[in-house]
Formats: sequence, structure tokens, C-alpha cells
Amino acid sequence: MGRRLLRNPLAVAGGLIVLVLFVAAVLAPWLTPYDPSDFDAAHVLEGPCALHLLGTDGLGRDVLSRMLFGARVSLMVGFVSVGISSLVGVTLGAVAGYFRGVVDTVLMRFVDVMLTFPTFFLILAVIAYLDASIWNIMLVIGLTSWMGVCRLVRAEVLSLRERDFMVAAEALGMKPSRVIMRHALPNAMAPVFVAGILGVAGAILVESALSFLGIGVQPPQPSWGNILTEGKSTLGVAWWLSVCPGLAILITVLGYNLLGEGLRDILDPRLRSR
Amino acid sequence: MTGSDTTHLLDVRGLVTAFDTSDGVVRAVDGVDFHVAEGETVALVGESGCGKSVTALSILRLVQAPAGRIVAGRIELGGTNLLELPEVEMRKVRGAKIAMIFQEPMTSLNPVLTVGYQIAEAVRLHRGLSRSDAWKEAVRVLELVEMPDAAERAASYPHQLSGGMRQRVMIAMALSCDPRLLIADEPTTALDVTIQAQILELLDSLRARLGMALLLITHDLGVVAERAERVLVMYAGRVIEEGPVDAVFADPHHPYTRGLLRSVPRLGRERGPLATIPGVVPKLNALPKGCRFRDRCDAAVAECASVDPALAPLGQGRRVACIVAAAHGGLRW
Amino acid sequence: MLSYLAKRLAGFVPLLLGISFVSFLVMAMAPGTPVDLMTDLNPKASPEARERLEKFYGLDQPLYVQYGLWLGRIVKGDLGTSFSRDRRPVLDKITEALPITLFLNVLDLTLILGLAIPIGIYSASRQYSLVDRATTVFVFVGFAMPSFWVALLAMMLFGEQLGWLPISGLRSLDYDSMSLLGQIGDRIRHLILPVGIAALTGLAGLSRYMRSSMLEVLRQDYIQTARAKGLSERVVVYRHALRNALLPVVTILGLSIPGLIGGSVIAETIFAIPGMGRLFYTSVLMRDYPVVMGITLIGAVLTLFGNLLADLMYVAVDPRLRNR
Repeated sequence: MGRRLLRNPLAVAGGLIVLVLFVAAVLAPWLTPYDPSDFDAAHVLEGPCALHLLGTDGLGRDVLSRMLFGARVSLMVGFVSVGISSLVGVTLGAVAGYFRGVVDTVLMRFVDVMLTFPTFFLILAVIAYLDASIWNIMLVIGLTSWMGVCRLVRAEVLSLRERDFMVAAEALGMKPSRVIMRHALPNAMAPVFVAGILGVAGAILVESALSFLGIGVQPPQPSWGNILTEGKSTLGVAWWLSVCPGLAILITVLGYNLLGEGLRDILDPRLRSR
Repeated sequence: MTGSDTTHLLDVRGLVTAFDTSDGVVRAVDGVDFHVAEGETVALVGESGCGKSVTALSILRLVQAPAGRIVAGRIELGGTNLLELPEVEMRKVRGAKIAMIFQEPMTSLNPVLTVGYQIAEAVRLHRGLSRSDAWKEAVRVLELVEMPDAAERAASYPHQLSGGMRQRVMIAMALSCDPRLLIADEPTTALDVTIQAQILELLDSLRARLGMALLLITHDLGVVAERAERVLVMYAGRVIEEGPVDAVFADPHHPYTRGLLRSVPRLGRERGPLATIPGVVPKLNALPKGCRFRDRCDAAVAECASVDPALAPLGQGRRVACIVAAAHGGLRW
Repeated sequence: MLSYLAKRLAGFVPLLLGISFVSFLVMAMAPGTPVDLMTDLNPKASPEARERLEKFYGLDQPLYVQYGLWLGRIVKGDLGTSFSRDRRPVLDKITEALPITLFLNVLDLTLILGLAIPIGIYSASRQYSLVDRATTVFVFVGFAMPSFWVALLAMMLFGEQLGWLPISGLRSLDYDSMSLLGQIGDRIRHLILPVGIAALTGLAGLSRYMRSSMLEVLRQDYIQTARAKGLSERVVVYRHALRNALLPVVTILGLSIPGLIGGSVIAETIFAIPGMGRLFYTSVLMRDYPVVMGITLIGAVLTLFGNLLADLMYVAVDPRLRNR
């Protein structure tokens, strides 16, 4: 599998982007030349220069440092919300596929209902009740994006359910839950993994949009989205505040998408980007 | 002898068709020679993957670029080399002079267009009829292929017809422009046995009535014996034996043809295990040196490992690509 | 076909119930009651007034009774009253903003389809050509581009730097003093950026989808039959392949409607367009729950009808569904 991945140059590029971002996010405190929340009244809205590679913002904070800490936010939001959505999706999908019948019908109608809501509306509606914070954002994104994985796992479990080895396992007196955990789920993991990688990209986009609209990650905690908000208010004066975070989001999302599509081609030819 | 070249409707010489695959370039058709005379039925037989269908597609120049392409050879229809025609001229050959019927009637018709439209389309294109005249013509050819309620059926969509009826539509479409050569690529393989006989009977009688030639591609030797005058046996991208059906079936020269005939169950023969040809068809990108059939051949001699046998004439219209058979003058084994 | 439609419509009933139930749950789970929120805004509210309100909203009843009461009001079109200072019925506020959003979305979709379908066809029929490769790159980048960022950059370039296009609202301040032609021109100028950017970002996914769908169809046996008839490649692609290739695109179109409607929030907020998306955003900021819930509900219902529309298109294109 590794060799086939290496033969796909786009997937390799995606993987490298993801790796670099990961390292940058983890090492952010050591890589940053300045504290991301240090004000510097003497250097407000300065363009990129030797001291501040990506310039400073309206409070004289170093944009590069804020971008690096923003990478942490993106990474965390991406993985935690995909973790939540995968957990919910896999659990409900496995339950629906295993028990079939009424349970399956009810759960699948629920999925249909969830898919009918414009996701962004649903997220915003929940945020209207909760306080905008990074934790709530992750929770809400996770709880509104599990439907695809759920359908996928259900289909997989349902088809495995009919096969001989499941019947054999049950005949040997194994508990249904155990049979799913041990036999059906591992088979369904490849497409779930791919959906997860692509889901990280989606979650990062949603988080940045929410933060940009001021209802996501709240300042002073830096996120690419809320740096862009400041970019909007200083549109004609400080281009770097608009260009840098946007590019960062673009490259990150591109990286996860390339990696995800590459993995999909390798892991599951049936799902090959039709 | 096979008769003078002037009476040949179709003449294929040294045809090579190659495909790019992930394992390199593969020659699916590798130097094929044969001809079809006016009004004649020729059968092209061989196992799946031997290059029969690719040969047929090559004649119509329908091998899909960029992966597949015709690398060498001549394909002459009435003296014109089709491989040198510009695409616009080639389109006037397809459907009009050479028509083709495919294996899968279930998927060979467009699901969103009525069958009448799909037939009339060819008529309008090649015979320049108006829309309404072409429709009438479509109904007429549907009647010709014995489609019940032809006028109503013309307005049906493919999913409303059975497999046998769809294959009748395909035949009607192919015949609608009076082609001189009809290529039928496994026309009955996907159909029920009872329908198979009907369709073959229909094809045969229409061929005789319309005086066209038929190139019948099949792996069913029973069909060959019943319907064809001459037979071409293909193996791994080459024609390895050719001759009148009766002669070849009575006395096959090539060891492969012999094996093929032996593996057909026959009524009235004493019971016993059916013979099979040992081994498998070699991969086209890993052919053995010398004769391609050598590894599976029970008559191979040392020379077979170095000499790649050409299709050599043996008299009475028979040709064989086997040095052992040629050395024996095509005599009995 | 009529029975097919009837079946689809019947299938909507449980979905609508589900939608209302989820909406109600989100409301019910929220901290505090609507009465708290109302009285919070009005510190002079007496305990008696609170009680009266609680009774009015049925808050003294068990949850399922509350749901029934709420559902009964919804069915009658009563979505409650806005918490904002104007205290207007939620339905009025939505019906005022909805046409703008619908108009913009229809415009977006028309533009996206008008561009994505030819791009997809062209790429597929010339697979691996330079144009096809360029399209693939554009698609990957376009897919990853945050639309609000592109909007920001476009505002910076066309609005601030070049000064060619207005960057907010749907018409200029001096709109009323313009000639008819000037008014039309003014409208169009205001639409270019929001519609153009929505189209640009939506284009990526759909053109890619169109391409792969077309590639799939071009591999089919009936395409070979069409070619064997002597049809030109143009006729093969447009007459034989296109309609088949559009089928999955219609499906994906139905599925992408919620995304489009949801996306209105971002576009309308950035470009200060007084549609449903911006109304939603301001309501979220002001915690105007009745409006938030109303729009969420309407958004889901719109999606349902979008799906129905996609179904109808599907039936129109595919004869196999007609006599079911």
C-alpha cells in the first residue's frame, strides 16, 4: 500500500503538506519568534519585513506567530470534530446494519432528516444557544457531519452480516456486539478512514468560516478565520492580514483533500473518484 | 486456393493493434491476415482474450484512443485501405458499408432514446431520408427482423424490451443501411438458448436475402459448424489456422484447433472425460519465444522454441501457423 | 409518473415530522426558556406576567404536549414573534428576506450549471489533454478555497483597488434617482461579485462531477453502438452521452441544495445583502431564537422541495422512471 501511495504524486504532495502543518502546529511555541498575544504599540500594521516575516496586525502582534498558533486550532478542530463524527457515525451505522429491521429504519430516517437541514444553519442554530468557543465548535461540527460515515458503515455491516463468517461466529456463541467489533468493523475501516481525512478538510473550512463570522474561535485566541476578520476591516491597508490566513486555509484543505483522494484510490478502487 | 484478390470484399493484412496498460504495451492483435469474400460467412473463433473482438473493432477503427491504437497493417474494403481514410470518410463506412452487432443487447442500446429513433438515426445519416421517412424505414426494418407489432415497438425504450427483442433491434439497426459486411461479435452469447437459435437463424436468412457478407465472431464451435463457410482460429493475437469449416473440423491441422475441437462435448460420442488443453493462454506481454502455443502443445519439437511460425498455405484454401503441421504437408497426425 | 410523484410526496410527511421534531429538540435543549429570554430583556416583568407567558407557551405542560402545541402553531404558519425590538412575526421577516436568497441561489445555480456542464463535457471528451489537466488543477484548488476569503480578495481588488464594482448591498444609495436602464445596470453591478464568487466556488465540484459522469457514460456499450453507426463524435457526445451523463448530476444537484442555502449566510453577510442568510446571522448574534428556529425549519423544507424538483428533472430525463 505504501508503495502505491508513493506512486501517486498528488497524494504524496498532500501527505507532505499535512505532515509539515502537523509539525508546525506541534512545535508552534518553539518556532514562533514572538508571543502571539504580545502587543507592540510601536509596530502596528507593519508589512512583512525581516523582523516580522508576515507583518503585524492592528495591535502590533506578530502575524507569523499568530498563524502558527492558528495552525494548532485548525488541527485540533479538524481531528476532534472528525473523531466525534466518526464515533457517532460508526456506532449508529453498525447498530443499524447489525440489527436491521425497525432499528435500521428509524436510524436511517433520522439520517435523512439530518441531511435535509442545511448543515451550516444547524451549526449556527446550535451556536446561538451555546457560547461560541473552540470546544462547542468542535462538538457541533462533529454532531452535524456523521451522516455520511453512518450510511457507509451501515452498508458495509449489512453486506457482511449476510456472509458466512458472521453466521459462523454467531453459531459459535459469540455476542453480536463482539462479532461486529471483531469482524465487521475492521472491514469497514478503510472507507471510514478516507472519509475522515476528507472530513478534516471540511471541518477546517467550517471552523474558519465560523471564526471569520465572529461566532467561532474567539479572540484573543488566534485562528486563521479570526485573523481574516481583522483582514476584512483593514482591507485596503494591510493586505497580508487577508492573504496569509486565506492561503494557509487553502493549502491545508488542499493537502487533506489530495491525501484523502489518493488514499481512496488506493484503499478502495470501488470508491474511486467517479 | 482462396480465390483471386479482386473478389475479396474485405482484406486484412498484417494488422497489429496495441494497448497501453499499466504493465506496458500489449499487442492484443499481433499480425492478423484474413479476407472475407462477397456474400460469404466467415467465423472467427478462439478463447476469450485471444483478440477476436479487438480485430472486429479495428476493422471499424473503433479501438479507443489514446490507450489503444492500430500500429500496423492494411484493412482494405473493396480495394480502399480503411486505415488511410480521413475520419470523416471513415464515418461514411461505419454503419453504411460495414455494420456491427455487439454481444450485450442489454447495454448496447441507449436507455434514454426510443429504439425507433436509434434505428432512424442511422437511416437519416447514411441514406439522407427525412425524419418521418426514416421513422417509416425503421418500422420496415423492424418488420424485416420479425419484431412483433413493429410500429408500436419502434416507440419503445430499450428497457421495455426483452433481451431477444433488443438483439433484433440491434440487427435491424445494422441492416437499415444495407451494409455489404456485417460483423456480429458474439451476437447470441448473452441470450437464452432458445432465443439464440432464433437469432442465428434470422441472421443467416437475412444475410442470404440481402446478399451481404457476415463475419461471425464466436467461441461456440457448434454455431460455426452450422452457419459458416470458412473458419479462422485465433490464438494469442494471431490467426493460427484457416480453412473451409468442413475440412478444418474433419481434419484440424493446428494442435490448438485440435484441442479446441476435442474439448467440445458431442452427442453420440462414447462417454469419457472431455479433453482439455493443458496450461493457460499466455499473457500477451509475456509471450514465450518461438511459437506462442509451444508451452501447451503436445506436438512441439525443439525447433518450436526458436521459430515463430507464419500462417502458411497448404492448398484447398487451408492455411496453418505450425511448423510441425507444415512439415507434414498438413497430413494427418 | 403521477404515482411516483405521489409516493415521493407521501415520503415527505415523515421527513417533515422528523425535521420539526429535531428543530423542537434543539429549542427544548437550549438553556433557559423563551420566557426567561423575553423577561431578561425586560427587567420590569412581574412574576404574574411570567406565569401568563409560560401558560401561553404551554411551558407548564410535559414536553410532548409542548411539541404538539408547537407543531400545531407551525402548521398554521405561526412561527412566533421575533425577540428583536420590532417584535414582528417571524414569518413576515422570513418572507421578506427569502425571495432575495432564492433569487441569488437560482442565479448562482444557473451560472454554475451553465459553466460546469460544458467544462465537464470538454474535459471528458479530451481526457488528459492540457485543458483537462488544467481543469483538474482548478477543481482541486477551487474545492479547497474558502469562499469568504475569495470574496474578501475580490472586494479588495475590484472594490478597493480598481473601484470597478460595488462591494455591498443590492443597489446604490442614489438608485431611486437613476434612469430605468441605469437602475438595471446598477442591480447587475451589485450582483456580479456575490454571484460570481458563489459560482466560482461551486463550479469546482460540479464540473468535476460532470467530467467523471461523462467519462463513465462514454465507456458504455451504447456509445460504441452509436459510434459504429457512423455518427460524428459531436452527435455521440451531445445526443447519446449527455442525457445519460446528466442523470447523476441531477442527483448531486438535489443533494447540494442544503449546502447552497447554508452558504447564503456567508455570502450575504460579507456583501451585506438583506436576504435570509444575513437575517439568520444577525438573529444568531442577537439570540433571536424564534427567527433562528424559523429559518432553520424553512431551510430544511426548502431542501425537501429542492429534492423534489431534482426528482422531477430525473424523471424527465430518464424514461425508465416514467412508467413506474
